[in-house]
Order: sequence, then structure tokens, then C-alpha cells
Amino acid sequence: MSSSFQRYRRLRWLRRSSQTFFFLLFLYLLLQTNIDALDSPDAVPEISAPVELFLELDPLVAISTVITTHSLYRNLFLALIIIVGTLFLGRFFCGWMCPMGTINQMVAAVRSGRMQGKQRLEQNRWKPYQRWKYGVLAFMLGAALLGSTQIGLLDPIALLTRSMALILLPAYNVFTHDIYGWSLHADLGPLSILLTGLSWVTHALLIRAETVVFDQTFLILLIFVAILLANRFITRFWCRGICPLGALLGLLSKTSIYGLEKHASLCTDCNKCALNCQGGDNPQPGYTWHQTDCHLCMNCVASCPEAGIDFRFFPKREETTQKVSLTRRAVLSTAGAGMLAVPVLRAATHPGRTPDPTLVRPPGSLPEKEFLSRCIRCGECMNVCPNNALHPTLLQAGAEGIWSPMLMPRIGYCEPTCVLCSQVCPTGAIDELTEAEKAWVPEAGKAETAGPPLRIGTAFYDLGRCLPWAMAKECIVCEEWCPTTPKAIYFEEVEVQNRDGDYLYLKRPHVDPALCVGCGACTYACPVKGAPAIYITAVGETRNTQNRILLEQDRGTSGKRR
Amino acid sequence: MPQDRISRREFMQRTGKAAGFAAVAVGGAYFLHEPVRKPFAQKDDAPVSRDLRIAGMPDRMIMVHGGDPAVMTSAALSALGGMSAFVQPGETVVVKPNIGWDRRPEQAANTHPAVVAEVVRQCMDAGAKRVVVTDVSCNDPTRCFNRSGISAAAREAGADVQLPQEARFREVNMGGAMLGRQLVYDIYLEADRFINLPIAKHHGLTRATLGMKNLYGILGGSRSRLHQDIHNSVVDLAAFLRPTLIILDAYRVLLRNGPQGGSLADVEERGMLLASTDHTAIDACAGELFFDLTPDDMPWLGIAERAGLGTSDWRSIPLDEITV
Repeated sequence: MSSSFQRYRRLRWLRRSSQTFFFLLFLYLLLQTNIDALDSPDAVPEISAPVELFLELDPLVAISTVITTHSLYRNLFLALIIIVGTLFLGRFFCGWMCPMGTINQMVAAVRSGRMQGKQRLEQNRWKPYQRWKYGVLAFMLGAALLGSTQIGLLDPIALLTRSMALILLPAYNVFTHDIYGWSLHADLGPLSILLTGLSWVTHALLIRAETVVFDQTFLILLIFVAILLANRFITRFWCRGICPLGALLGLLSKTSIYGLEKHASLCTDCNKCALNCQGGDNPQPGYTWHQTDCHLCMNCVASCPEAGIDFRFFPKREETTQKVSLTRRAVLSTAGAGMLAVPVLRAATHPGRTPDPTLVRPPGSLPEKEFLSRCIRCGECMNVCPNNALHPTLLQAGAEGIWSPMLMPRIGYCEPTCVLCSQVCPTGAIDELTEAEKAWVPEAGKAETAGPPLRIGTAFYDLGRCLPWAMAKECIVCEEWCPTTPKAIYFEEVEVQNRDGDYLYLKRPHVDPALCVGCGACTYACPVKGAPAIYITAVGETRNTQNRILLEQDRGTSGKRR
Repeated sequence: MPQDRISRREFMQRTGKAAGFAAVAVGGAYFLHEPVRKPFAQKDDAPVSRDLRIAGMPDRMIMVHGGDPAVMTSAALSALGGMSAFVQPGETVVVKPNIGWDRRPEQAANTHPAVVAEVVRQCMDAGAKRVVVTDVSCNDPTRCFNRSGISAAAREAGADVQLPQEARFREVNMGGAMLGRQLVYDIYLEADRFINLPIAKHHGLTRATLGMKNLYGILGGSRSRLHQDIHNSVVDLAAFLRPTLIILDAYRVLLRNGPQGGSLADVEERGMLLASTDHTAIDACAGELFFDLTPDDMPWLGIAERAGLGTSDWRSIPLDEITV
């Protein structure tokens, strides 16, 4: 055994440790996407961990939003770490850091009968489909040129964050809650002591006090499962063929000073390097090495028994090394198709002229056009929302805005003092807010809010369903829950006759649209199951000066100075 | 020798195996067969109620004026004979302040944290095995428990502060006039003693939310239906769970925009505290003192009185008025 062989095996273990570390870090940050317990009434609820770190490290998020907004928001400059690293070293991110790559590698490592020997070797050879990802990249960036951020649909970090936060974590949550509930309430007679133990264990495993659900996530699940299953046919098919971040890093890796050197004279054609290759980049002497597809996983050099290949700085430029095989025509036409797709999507489903009335955006959201130029649909805002109020859209924001966040107040309302979604948004689609800027509730020691509230919508009654209006019953739960001060929901006392002819006094609620902020607490608490008797639409939202009913709101007054 | 016929042993084994699986299938079908759909199992268990009062203790009313909420609490408990009159060593006590809203103490939407802490401390001193402080909040519980100051104060006093977990609610039959099967947080079904710690504040529907309405916070599920007959509902709750002691915080009283408030302009500093073992009397007293309400303005009092839950004529029970 040669010493280089030993060295590469150590390097491979280092790569595995790095993947494990970053994968666990990714999970940890997902789970930390909430506030800590506070020990003082005046402490500001904060998220202690940099939960959006992976999205901020993602060069594709940075580049795409730079194209759409001509600015580099907040911490997106962190992507320089990956960009500079890739310019010198190649796609180390894909092989050493990317949690999506790690998941794909783990799934691909579960070998099926089909993926043995010759077949496994064959699917690991470089194939033309590995150029598709450049098409995906060109298409997405083409769309970005017209101000539409679509990259998040297929960016691996956004895709994984979304899939984990909206599907896998909620599923885990339901599972642990079910077992915990069963262990608390089941009766196994003399074996009940086991249940007590189980309840302790499952209690420790709970990640939040209640289960959460997310609307419209089935499509997100299907895509995620399809990506994982593709590994049964081709190792890391996603990374090799589709991933636009892989494509971008592949292009950046053209200048890499670190690379593979082949020593054909030492090679015995044992195929071990190609058999274990993750990128499908032909490390084997005698084949063209595709540097832009190499993930630097070190499997090839760690499996070579003859020192026939080496990774080194400033490798000898071999004629068998190919950087990237793209034609200008293909790139330009695909980017053009991406640009063309934007007006097509907007014309087909553009909500601009008549916005979907239920499209209530999180507080601090930019005007719709700017919002869509930044939102990468990562789901961070939905994950952090303490009330499970934010959900991915399907077509409410048009096809262009699929999976962007919207408030679903029947499931959860916007917590009056909470601004967490604005703090975790990595791209600034939701402007970073403080409690005072949201201004729904007076601050400590104050009788009034500092300025006008940041409205997200307005509440309306469905009088045919409202108990005091339609059914001669007491209720006004909506008034109880209304968080503004004074309350936007007020009531009049009326004498009504019920069907028996008896007269009774009832409190009938009304909304004052000048005071309503659109939080949806009324809708959430409304006891009328099925369709609520009070609902929220986006009209009156601060971010859109044209989406208004009341003339006085155009003056920008809070309504308090009426 | 090539065999064209199988051995007896093999015949037995193979047909036995097939017959075994066939028997399982037939037996399973026989066992599971439902010729007429069985009626959906409606739970029909007996109504549950929990009376956690101290047996034989005559009802009294303590009215404390003064300053500091903790000092007032302590004075009220001394006047009642100390916490050891209510809590025996080794007992589990659940203390239920109002922690309904994401509001600071000075906004007077939640029970004052110093009252909660003092009660917890005295329960611990009386030898309680465990003192649980909990409430089913309306706003995000993490924020409510923190911003109210109750989480930190109660924990420091030695309480087990519990943010209710979804899995821990149990459906019980209350057998009340309005409330049948309701989801109740399980600690109320298990604890030995229950101390109700409401705060006096304004409420749009009932004009004031006092002691009995604080029991709303033992429920999970779709409890907002209770407003449809709030008076009978709160009496059902008070009959279902009879507290060992009620201490009503009126250090600050929210007079408008209740039960959440928010503006300091709606808060009046009254510097008072009531304590009683009579749930009806303490509500009648607080309604009159802080909101100028007569028993006729508070229909739940009459219903409670008829249900045997105390007297709405609070002056008819012995009163200790203390100024600290």
C-alpha cells in the first residue's frame, strides 16, 4: 500500500466528518428556528442561532437576488466564502458541505441489486445529461434578469430547508406527539411502568408543545421523494444532472488550482475509482476527466490501489481534462427561454390586476413585485412562525409566486408582538422589523404605539354565519381576541327577537377598518367551524398603496387621530 | 433414484403450510367479520368532577389594601391561617394564574407575577411535593409565560412551570348544564389541591372577568364556543373543579379593552387583593368593588348560587379587612 493511498483514506474520512458536521449543523439550525425562553418581561424574544446560515452561504441565492435587486442583502455576502473557495479548490461545497448532497449520498449508498458491478460502473461514467443542470441555471438566471426569483424552486438549500421544515419536521412532530399522548393515556395494567418510561423518553424528544400542519405541501413532498429515489438508478442524479447550484459551482471551478492528476502508466484498469465516484466525472485514466463535475469526495484516490491517480495543487494540465462543454448558443437560448417564461407566467396567472384577496403576506413584506424578486421560498418564515400561521401558496400569488408565504388565519393568526419571520428572511423579502416598527401593541411603559401600525389586511364579517347577527346567540369572541388598543372590533347592543318570540339583548360585532391590522386573531378564534364568520383579506395592507378601501388610510395616519 | 412422487413428509409439510395460512385467513375473516356495521363507539362515561376544597372549612373573605402584591398575598394567607391550612405535606398543588395574553405586568392582563411567586413559595414551605404553575394561554404561550413575568418568578420560587402540551389534554364528561365532553389539561385531574389566581379585569361580553371565568384556562379544544352561554359555562367549570382557595389580584385593574388591554391608559392601580374559599362571593365582591356591578349585572353569580357554589351576598360571610 502506498503512502498516498493512506493519505487519501484519511482525507476521505475528513470529508465524511465534514459532511456529518454540516448535516447535523443544518438540522440543528432548523430545530433552533424559534425563540428561547426569556427570564424577564422586558427581554426581547430573539433567535439565538444564525438559523438562516446555509441560505446565506449559498452563492446562488446571493447571485440570483443580486440580479433581481441589484443589491446584496444583509448576510448574503457570506456566499463569498463558498465562491472564493470554489474558485481555488473546485466544488468542495458539493462533496463536503451541502446537506442535500449528503442526503443524496446516503440514499445512494443503500445499494440496490441493480447498482452492482458493471451497471454501477456504467452509471458512474460521465453522460451528456450532466449538462442539463447548466440549462436549469441559465433558465433560472434568465428569469432573474426580468426580476423574477425562481431559483429557490430548485436551489438545493432552499429546497431542502423547505422540504424539511414543512414536511419532515412536522411529520416527526406528529409522530412523537402521538406516541407521547399514547404513553400518557394508555393502560397496560402491570406494564404501565413501561409507559411512564416511554412518556419520559418521548417528552424529551418533543420539539414543540403542539403539532403543526402546512397547507399545500404535497407537491413539495413528491419532488423531494423523486429526488431521493433517483439515486436508486443513478448515484446523485440530482447533484450531477439537475442542481443549479452544482452548475454554478461547476462553472466557478474552472479556475480551480486543485485537481486530479492521472498516471496512466500506473493504472491497472481495475475500475475502482470510477466505481466509487460521486460526481460521475471519469477519474479513471484513459477517460476524459470532467473537472466541473467533481465533488472532491476523494473516493477515487482513496480506492486506487496503485497510486494511478492523485489530487494535487497545480496538477499537470492534461489534455484529458475537460472544464465544461457548453455552447454559447445553448446557454443563451436557455436563458432566453427563462426570460420568456416570466411574462408567460405573469400573463397566465398574474395576480397583479386582481390580487387574490386571501393573499395576506407576513408583516414587513415588500410590495408584491419586489417581494417576488427576493423570496426564494425557503420556508424559514413558515418554520419560525410560533402560531403556524404562515403557509406556502399554491397559485394564490400566481404561478410565479408558488410556495411563497401567506397567512392562513384559520390555522394560526399573526402574533401581535412577533417579528420573527422578518428576522429570519435571508433575502429581505420580508423587511427586518422590530416590535416597535410593527406597532400593533404599545411598547413597555407606553399608552400608545409609536407610529401607525404595519397593516397586513382587514377583517370582514360574514353576517350570515355570525352568531349574534344570524342566530340570535351571544358570542363576540372576536372582540375578546382583537389585539389592537383600542380594539378594531367593537359591538353595538341590540334587542333582537328569537324564533320563540322572546326579546333579548345581544352584542353585535363590527370591524373598524381604520384600526384593523389584519392579524387574523378573530378568524382564528371564531367558533363558527367550517368557513369562519369573520375573515381577513389583504385589502388595507401597508405595502400596497392601491389596495385600499378607506380614503383616510392614504394619508398614512394610524386612524387613531380620527 | 429420481422421484416422480413426493414423499409423505414433504406432502404433509407443503399442504400443512398452505392449510395453516388458509386457516389464519379464514379465522381472521371470521374474527373481524362485521355483518352489520357496529355503532360508532360513543363514550358514555360518568360525569367527572373534582372538589379540592378543605372539608369542613367555613367560608371567609379576606380583603387586603396596601402596596406590594407579595406582601398583600402573604398577609391574606396569614389571615386565613397560613398556607398549611390548605396544603398538606406531600401534596401536588396546581396554581392557575391568568397567563392568557402576551402582556407585561403593568398592562394588567395577566396575574401579577409577585402574587404567583408568593403563593408558590408558601406552598413549597407548607411541604407540597410539587407546585405546578400553568395556564392555557390565548396568545403564543412562550411569549405569554415570559412577558407576564410569571415564568421567571414562579420558577425561582420553586414551581414546575408547564406550557401545556397538546398530548396532555384529556376529554372528560363534565356533565354540566352547558358543558359536556371537554378537553381538560391533565394536571387538573391529578392534582391534590388547586389554587385559582385570577386578576380582576374588564371583559367585553361579561363586563368583568374574575375568578370563575379564569377556569376557562383549564380547557383546550374549541373553547371559544363557551361564549354562547358564558354564564352557564363558567358555572359548569366552577362546579367541575372546586378550588381549594381563590386569591384575586387587584393590584392593577384593567378597566377597558379587556381582557387583553395593552394601553396603560386603561389600567388603574387599585393596590388590592381578595382571598376567599367561596368562588361566588369573591366574584360578587370583586365585581362590585372594581366594576360597580351588582349581582344582577353578573348573571353567573345567581346560577352559581343556585348550583350550591357559594353566595352572591358576599357580606354574609365573615370578612377580614387588612391594610398592609
